Amino acid sequence: MTKHTIVALVADKPGVLNHMASLFRRRGFNIESIAVGHSEVPHRSRMTIVVDGANTMVEQVRKQLDKVVDVVKVFDITGDAMIARELALIKVTATSTTRSEIIEIVDIFRANIVDVASDSVTIEVTGDENKINSLLKLLRGFGIKEIAKTGRIAMARGAARASPVEKKATKAKGKKTS
Amino acid sequence: MKLTGAQMVCEGLVKEGVGVIFGILGGALLPLYDTLPQYPQLRHILVRHEQGAAHAADGYARATGKVGVCFATSGPGATNLVTGIANAHLDSVPVLAITGQVARPFIGKDAFQEVDITGITLPITKHNYLVMDAAEIPKVVKEAIYLARTGRPGPVLIDLPRDVQIEQAEFHYPAKVDLPSYKPTLRGHPAQVKKAAKLINEAQAPVIIAGRGVIISGGYSELKELAETAQIPVITTLLGISCFPESHALSYGMLGMHGMAYANMAVDAADLIIAIGMRFDDRATAKVSAFAPHAHIIHIDIDPAEIGKNVRVDVPIVGDAAAVLKELNKLVNPAKHIDWVRQLDDWRKEHPLTIIRDTEQLLPQYVVRQIYEATKGEAIIVTGVGQHQMWAAQHYWYDRPNTFISSGGLGTMGFGLPASIGAKVGCPDETVWCIDGDGSFQMTIQELATIVQEKVAVKIAVLHNNYLGMVRQWQEMFYGKRYVATPLSSPDFVKIAQAYGFPALRVEHKKEVIPAIQKAMEEPGPFLIDFNIEPEENVYPMVPPGAALSEVLEGPKKQAKAAKDSAKLPVSNL
Ligand SMILES: Cc1ncc(C[n+]2csc(CCOP(=O)(O)OP(=O)(O)O)c2C)c(N)n1
Ligand SMILES: [Mg+2]
Repeated sequence: MTKHTIVALVADKPGVLNHMASLFRRRGFNIESIAVGHSEVPHRSRMTIVVDGANTMVEQVRKQLDKVVDVVKVFDITGDAMIARELALIKVTATSTTRSEIIEIVDIFRANIVDVASDSVTIEVTGDENKINSLLKLLRGFGIKEIAKTGRIAMARGAARASPVEKKATKAKGKKTS
Repeated sequence: MKLTGAQMVCEGLVKEGVGVIFGILGGALLPLYDTLPQYPQLRHILVRHEQGAAHAADGYARATGKVGVCFATSGPGATNLVTGIANAHLDSVPVLAITGQVARPFIGKDAFQEVDITGITLPITKHNYLVMDAAEIPKVVKEAIYLARTGRPGPVLIDLPRDVQIEQAEFHYPAKVDLPSYKPTLRGHPAQVKKAAKLINEAQAPVIIAGRGVIISGGYSELKELAETAQIPVITTLLGISCFPESHALSYGMLGMHGMAYANMAVDAADLIIAIGMRFDDRATAKVSAFAPHAHIIHIDIDPAEIGKNVRVDVPIVGDAAAVLKELNKLVNPAKHIDWVRQLDDWRKEHPLTIIRDTEQLLPQYVVRQIYEATKGEAIIVTGVGQHQMWAAQHYWYDRPNTFISSGGLGTMGFGLPASIGAKVGCPDETVWCIDGDGSFQMTIQELATIVQEKVAVKIAVLHNNYLGMVRQWQEMFYGKRYVATPLSSPDFVKIAQAYGFPALRVEHKKEVIPAIQKAMEEPGPFLIDFNIEPEENVYPMVPPGAALSEVLEGPKKQAKAAKDSAKLPVSNL
């Protein structure tokens, strides 16, 4: 089992997310996270899906996703050099005695305090999973009241191209037929 | 020019060359039906159950190669289509289903006869649409037909809210389909084709396994050229039957669970498998880990997701079967494979399938053979699902392209009768025989009314064994002969046919078979023959579930070898 990061460019239409999720569900995959937002192309969204699965099974699903008419391109960037980020909001118990210590930790992680109340602070942090998990570990002792996390969003590294996705996908197409 | 949504649907269908629609109306589809008389080019065939509409559209599509169209109203009409849509999906059949939906303001409110049919059919359609704006209809119809018939064909559904059918909009029919995300690969990658040719030119014991993809692509002559140039034996899958003339010297029948012993032996011994337009279904491969253990595998298929799905492939080629074969044929050297072909011929002699026991009993195999003789192998044969389906596959020889229509992937009992209606409507000059089982027949028997009302001259042979026979065979072999829920009583099928309004005969003795078939053929309209066959006849050869192709049972004598203990039965379905 490997954790796979799948990136897809899809039509911005109702039902597409549903369709993609159902292709994973049918094979018993648990989607660890899914993040969707507009892309650089009008009427196209970019989706990042993180799943745990055997390589061959994930490749099979990737091909099935590619067949969905509203999916423009889809590829598994797991093996590639990539930039992956998540955003977390963390509400931590903070008293007058612990507040400065929390602020110190927040600074070290280059996170931000976005809300302060009499008995808590809310922290915003972006980074890869490791960074967010390390921060959470340190904050746990203070008492975590609430966590909200986005899923992972990811992009292959490399010089900015007009449309990196199209380029990448043509390569993938070539692979399919070879 | 302004048209209503309903008119735009009809305009689109006419422009796309649709001539026949199978369906049943209802409130949510009334506006569309009300518009039909304005389009006399569109023949509507009223069925008796929407499953019949979907199967008839499917049979029509398979027989003609054109898109089959079915209509159903919202709610129960739409859900009744589901089995037929799934059937078309698994067998890659171009079917367009148009369903009524409740009016837009009612969607999502559990309104009367509202179901989320686009949600329900999401995993069993190639694509589907819920149209919320009449102005989109021309584009949607054009796309839907295009998607259904191109690439790997499949069913497409359009859900039309009632008020969208009435809404008026400017009618602009697009000249072209613009779907940047959908570009099926038709031509094989030249480097891959070259690699495949090299393997073929080096092979000592090559075998072609041809599937329905050859029929869909119309690659009959290309397949024949490949086989003849390099003297490669041709084996087909169940749905590949009739893609290669079965009387051809290089034809070695069908592989798989009920395939010919010599076909399965050939696949087992081959050093090269050239798989064309087939998907290595588990009924065809048997135990997949033991499939073609000595062979390199070339897999030609239009769907990249099929490559490497079930078996390891050495040379995949994504593309249209006919187009790839055309390129491949340019690179394949003439060869003889004398020893290999002789070996197969010996196996065929030693393990004949086609000998039918000489007995006074009324055997189903004999009936099928006599239908073959009477039709000179020229008919289109449509089947239900069960033992009779296998006998129809084994004992009729299909020489003409695309003359065997059967539910392979879904194995849908009840497919036969409505699909034969579709085939006959699509090919009125052909003789169409529906070879059905008593169980399958009763699943869609109501379509007898359709053949009478629409004067569809199908000939129906019910192989009546008083059992859900195929399941009974499994119970006999693997469940200690405990015939739970397989004995089946039926009404008097002769009287049933007569009550519906067409002639029928019962055949209880062997000597009546030929005259009855003759009588059926002479009758201009529909005709039914109720063949009261040997009730406990089994289908052989059989590769028991979980066994390898090489472990084929050829008859009851060797049955002792089969897993008697149902607990040891591997996961497999009927
Ligand atoms: C809709 C459906 N229900 C159940 C089955 C399981 N099944 C497979 S073959 C079969 C028996 C078919 O009986 P019949 O049509 O009489 O054909 P026979 O095998 O007797 O020739 C059954 C129940 C199926 N394939 N399809
Ligand atoms: Mg039966």
